[in-house]
Amino acid sequence: MSAIALDGVSVTLGRARVVDGVTAELEEGGWAVVIGANGAGKTTLLRAVAGLVAFHGSIRLLGRQASQLARRELSTLLAVLPQEPSTPPWMTVADYVLLGRTPYIGYFAQEGRRDVDAASRALERLELLPYANRLLGTLSGGEKQRVVVARALAQEAKIVLLDEPTAALDIGHQQQTLELLDELRREAGLTLVAAMHDLTLAAQYADRVLLLDRGHVVADGTPAEVLTRDRLARHYHASVDVVELDGRIAVLPRREQRPAPEDAGR
Amino acid sequence: MVESALDARAVRARGIPPAWAVAAGTFLVVALAVGLVVGPVHIAVGDVVRSLAAKLHVPGVESPLSPTEDAIVWDLRLPRVVLAALVGGMLALAGATYQGVFRNPLADPYLLGVAAGAGLGATLAIAYLPEGVRSQDVVPPAAFLGGAIAVSAAYALGRSAARGRSSAALVLAGVTVASFFTAVQTFVQQQHSDTLQEVYSWILGGLPSSGWKDVGVIAPYVAIAGGAIFLHRRLLDVLVLGDDEAASLGVDVRRVRLVLVVAATVGTAAAVAVSGLIGFVGIIVPHAIRLVAGGTYRMLVPLSFVVGAGFLVLVDAVARTALAPAEIPIGVVTAFIGAPFFAIVLRTSRRVG
Repeated sequence: MSAIALDGVSVTLGRARVVDGVTAELEEGGWAVVIGANGAGKTTLLRAVAGLVAFHGSIRLLGRQASQLARRELSTLLAVLPQEPSTPPWMTVADYVLLGRTPYIGYFAQEGRRDVDAASRALERLELLPYANRLLGTLSGGEKQRVVVARALAQEAKIVLLDEPTAALDIGHQQQTLELLDELRREAGLTLVAAMHDLTLAAQYADRVLLLDRGHVVADGTPAEVLTRDRLARHYHASVDVVELDGRIAVLPRREQRPAPEDAGR
Repeated sequence: MVESALDARAVRARGIPPAWAVAAGTFLVVALAVGLVVGPVHIAVGDVVRSLAAKLHVPGVESPLSPTEDAIVWDLRLPRVVLAALVGGMLALAGATYQGVFRNPLADPYLLGVAAGAGLGATLAIAYLPEGVRSQDVVPPAAFLGGAIAVSAAYALGRSAARGRSSAALVLAGVTVASFFTAVQTFVQQQHSDTLQEVYSWILGGLPSSGWKDVGVIAPYVAIAGGAIFLHRRLLDVLVLGDDEAASLGVDVRRVRLVLVVAATVGTAAAVAVSGLIGFVGIIVPHAIRLVAGGTYRMLVPLSFVVGAGFLVLVDAVARTALAPAEIPIGVVTAFIGAPFFAIVLRTSRRVG
């Protein structure tokens, strides 16, 4: 069974068709990365899968029709790591991670033993237990990112959507975050779907790459199949070299040599 | 085993820290006592306590109060103190709720036009009241109705503008409706300048000394609105993350927001109907709590009610006595006491908001 099955998924925002007839099946336990230039429809596609925007076509999550799931039920199958998660500075780490249990807590109820256990496990797994009573406002960017991952983990959903998970991090924290997500994927059998701009990082972690352009999937396959010099030139208007490093693809931007201005050195 | 014991201590669903619960409770009790004792007629604290003990049939205690004093304390001051507590608690609670629902720290209970609507309702009632109808019977329901109509109009307008997705549209709709209602109110007021004095004193806010009647009017609204908000306190913490994140955590954002806005508005309209426009409580009380005790809604909601109640009882005591026998409008006193107090809290707080 595929974790996510998209069939002719389209999203119209205003008059613009931002996602146009996307069809794809993503396997359970895989890591798929959605790439594409700004405005290609990556975030909107993820929002449609998360049930945050109306769509046409069919989306099945773990075999179940997403449009027929209640909001709460959908949230037990699928967690979202937004690009800019809000982390209220006055909230403690423990309180924040407990919010991940919301889909399991009745409308008027408070957290029970199981919810506290799930949050504790998530904090322990991410080595955040010593931080449990710290306020979010006192954490660094990298620590906050881990806390947000812990909240998603406490949600105990099998599918996790990530919108630019590394956008605000330095290169070291980018690698640590992606390694961590990859470990969690293997341990818990999570299916990860990430929208990413950094193509080299995407190629190092993804087993599947979908390239979007103006709402269409224009290429779909392994990183080596999708990330070619010609494609990136056509769909990103980018001038790059694609090289192989340790058996994986790396995408290097290159600057076109231009003739030196005639008045150089004057 | 040792490790899991550690977990249990580190991660818990935190309610109100006991120290803060005790502090807030003490504040309210002290405020209520001050409210009962203070007034133009001097009655000693000890006598009031002994009178209370006698009323509770504590054996061997005789009330030292004369019948007149007894009536002043228990039939005049007590209902007014209880009314002040209900109004203050409701306004602070509604303010905290609006701030959470709209993710805007400057939101106050009058954000969606309830004040302007109530003002118009009260003005119409005062201006067009037929001879022989007592205004204190008609003004509260008219104000309540006006407030409810204004907020409904703002909600309908905001929803149609943004299909319920954006809380910013709702706030703008509130501003629009409020200015329209205020314009109509000013016009009516100009046409009936003989009623200017009465309308103006209603707008400045004040608690009536009308015995238990007004308490009976407002109590059910406060109970229902306050209860609904209390039950949603955890969801308020989720809403603070924003519409998308709350939705992806399984919350029906539109429904929860509607329930909370209706509850806060109904409670506010009831408070405004009996007390006029008392500003500042809805902003200053939740913020003072946030700055001092920290700010998840699961603790802010109950603390706001208790502290808001005590705050307005004290303010009313000042309003009654500072220039006795004249009363200062309570809205003036809330701002006069509240602003410097807030400035002190802001300066001495080490927490970063």
